Amino acid sequence: MTGYLLRRLGYALVILLAVNLLTFALFFVVNSPDDMARMQLGSKRVTPEAIERWKQEKGYDKPRWYNPDASGIERLTSTIFFEKSVRLFLFEFGNDVDGRSIRGEILDRAGPSLALAVPVFFVGLALNVTFALAMALFRASVLDLWGVVVCIALMSISSLFYIISGQYLVSKAFALVPISGFSGGWDALRFLALPILVGVGAGIGSGTRFYRTLFLEEMGRDYVRTARAKGLAEMTVMFRHVLRNALIPILTGVVAVIPTLFMGSLIAESFFGIPGLGSYTIDAIQSQDFSVVRSMVYLGSVLYIVGLVLTDISYTLVDPRVRFE
Amino acid sequence: MKVVLLWSDILLWGLVLAALLLTVQVRRREHLAVPWRRVGQSRVAMVCLPMLLFFVVVGLLDSLHYRPQLGRAVPSDAVANANAANGNAANASKATAAYSVEVLSVLDHILSPLRASRERTYSAPLATHAHVKESVDRPDGSTVREYPRLAHGGARLSEPIGLRTQGVDLIERGAVGALVGTLGWIVLVLGAVWLERDKGGFSAIRRDECTLRWRSALAASLVLCMVVGVAGGWALEYHVLGTDKVGQDVLYLSLKSVRTALVIGTLTTVVMLPLALGLGIAAGYLQGWVDDLVQFVYTTLNSIPSVLLIAAAVLLMQVFIDGHADLFQTTAERADLRLLFLCLILALTSWTGLARLLRAESLKLRELEYVQAARALGVSAWGIMVGHIARNAMHLVIITLAMEFSGLVLAEAVLSYIGVGVDPSMISFGSMINAARLELSREPAVWWSLAAAFSFMFVLVLAANLLADAVRDAFDPRVAHLGGAR
Repeated sequence: MTGYLLRRLGYALVILLAVNLLTFALFFVVNSPDDMARMQLGSKRVTPEAIERWKQEKGYDKPRWYNPDASGIERLTSTIFFEKSVRLFLFEFGNDVDGRSIRGEILDRAGPSLALAVPVFFVGLALNVTFALAMALFRASVLDLWGVVVCIALMSISSLFYIISGQYLVSKAFALVPISGFSGGWDALRFLALPILVGVGAGIGSGTRFYRTLFLEEMGRDYVRTARAKGLAEMTVMFRHVLRNALIPILTGVVAVIPTLFMGSLIAESFFGIPGLGSYTIDAIQSQDFSVVRSMVYLGSVLYIVGLVLTDISYTLVDPRVRFE
Repeated sequence: MKVVLLWSDILLWGLVLAALLLTVQVRRREHLAVPWRRVGQSRVAMVCLPMLLFFVVVGLLDSLHYRPQLGRAVPSDAVANANAANGNAANASKATAAYSVEVLSVLDHILSPLRASRERTYSAPLATHAHVKESVDRPDGSTVREYPRLAHGGARLSEPIGLRTQGVDLIERGAVGALVGTLGWIVLVLGAVWLERDKGGFSAIRRDECTLRWRSALAASLVLCMVVGVAGGWALEYHVLGTDKVGQDVLYLSLKSVRTALVIGTLTTVVMLPLALGLGIAAGYLQGWVDDLVQFVYTTLNSIPSVLLIAAAVLLMQVFIDGHADLFQTTAERADLRLLFLCLILALTSWTGLARLLRAESLKLRELEYVQAARALGVSAWGIMVGHIARNAMHLVIITLAMEFSGLVLAEAVLSYIGVGVDPSMISFGSMINAARLELSREPAVWWSLAAAFSFMFVLVLAANLLADAVRDAFDPRVAHLGGAR
């Protein structure tokens, strides 16, 4: 198992390196630091001196790959690639445009992000699986048929609609909770109630439909037919056989998603004024703060890969048919 | 008038041509036509089809662009007289005609009453007065704050305007519109009868015995014709869906958004298709290092959060566009390039799902006897991949493309809302929602822009989703054994 994990880790490192090269190419080769400086400084009539000063402040005044002016190992380390990309491996993200440490911001903002994303995910999961199970149990009945239609209708509504109309109805028309904002401790619940409600509601359509297909696929298998042929009651078949086996893909799917919850939800956070990583990313995109966007890309890929490795491990734990190779 | 060929126009019409050619191919081959016939037998699909066709026609009319000649763009009596007076001079100016920088489309021309009737600011749907009070100078010299009359909405109504006078006017105009709509629908019915003339014409359609469920399609068309007719009747005199902050007609904006949504939904899949087909099948069939490489590429791409990748790419594109402003003659060309780039980058983030499916399918197909037989007979790897594997995995492609469309339309709105979507000058559902994001918190609330954008998007996406569902049921071999699942 150790050997297997080490191999996975090595593969993960290679992927991260590729991600880094890709983002580096996107941010520094396609566009020169001069372009970025011009964009950050605003107007089109910026002086070359101002660009130079900006580049020096942000550390973009070095060569991209290889620095012939430096000596020894510095030739490779005193470059933009090393300073801006390789250091990401050590989670050294540098500073954002306002001069704050990106790492500090990420640590501060992970809490509020998780406070929103974790309840949305787990409440949503519980509701979706319950609805899907009910629809699978009464498959091809009126309930199932209309359930599918409702799911498709819910899926066809833009996520922006859920957020905008939810905020309008609950906060403005009924004045139940604050419109937006955040605070620590138990007080946060008042601010989080609406975003959580909206987040769960927005995911119900696609989630329920996905798990329904999963259950139906499981119910088409041979062992289910055998169980029915033995004369087991439909409820026993459903809960003892189908549900247990369907839990394997559900569980491993959950494990893959959990790490990415750290990234927060982009639109909901910025809309409800929650100071999480999602709104941080949106702000960075809108103010064109490339160093923050680059750090978030890197963080996102790390978390995705952690999810992949965890999925592999969880398969071997819950599914006796799968072994480490 | 000078015809403008935007890249997205060319691609969109090319797509229509390709779809027509494919239809001819499918009709000739029985085994290809069978699943499509199953789609035609689905009532839900046939209800959705007229809706989607309506959107497609709107989008295609909006994809024929031209630049009007300056000086003739606003034909008025004065200009006409001036032209008549010195015809020679007019002819001379024609030789060196200057064209407007504004690029219009055929749809703009059809909707020119809507486009031209700009108000000053917000007005509610079907309103005759503005939504906000303004200071109005009375003839006697005093100034009062009141809701001023609109320049176009209900301009022909005479004072005093009550619920009654306006109601009568609306009913009259609506009735005329409904009549025109019904006439249009009758033409559609006659067309259907003519198409099914061999099967027994009208009676076959009435008994629903044709290859297509005409009854459902025609019922949906009737509703559609009525809505279009009544809305059209009102639109000549009112702002059916109100006006936005700068006084533009919301119905016009909604109809213009349709093209953007269609371009994103279709052109993205066109870019994604060759990538997914080529790499997915090559990985599954050739295996070895090709497989490793392809898997590595799509794991890498998947690991980057797609919104961030899109945002990064679009920001960089914006830097490029700002740096090369001289490359584009008009704003429309610039916006068009950004739209195509958005399609490209969306395709780059979404081909991985289909590629993975195709790889798994090829792994399964390559072990089947007919593929082994082909290999034993000396068919090249390329020949097997094209002739056997790709053809037998087509159902996956069709299902995925149908499913992908609605997701892309929804994604455009979110991306434009974040600010990394289409060019700000391009009308789309996302930019409409973005512009109206704070309107609900106004007092009194302005709800119609948001409502219009969301409802148009909802109808388009719902129709696409339901059709995609029917397509999946018709093509997916697994559906057959999903028990009672429909």
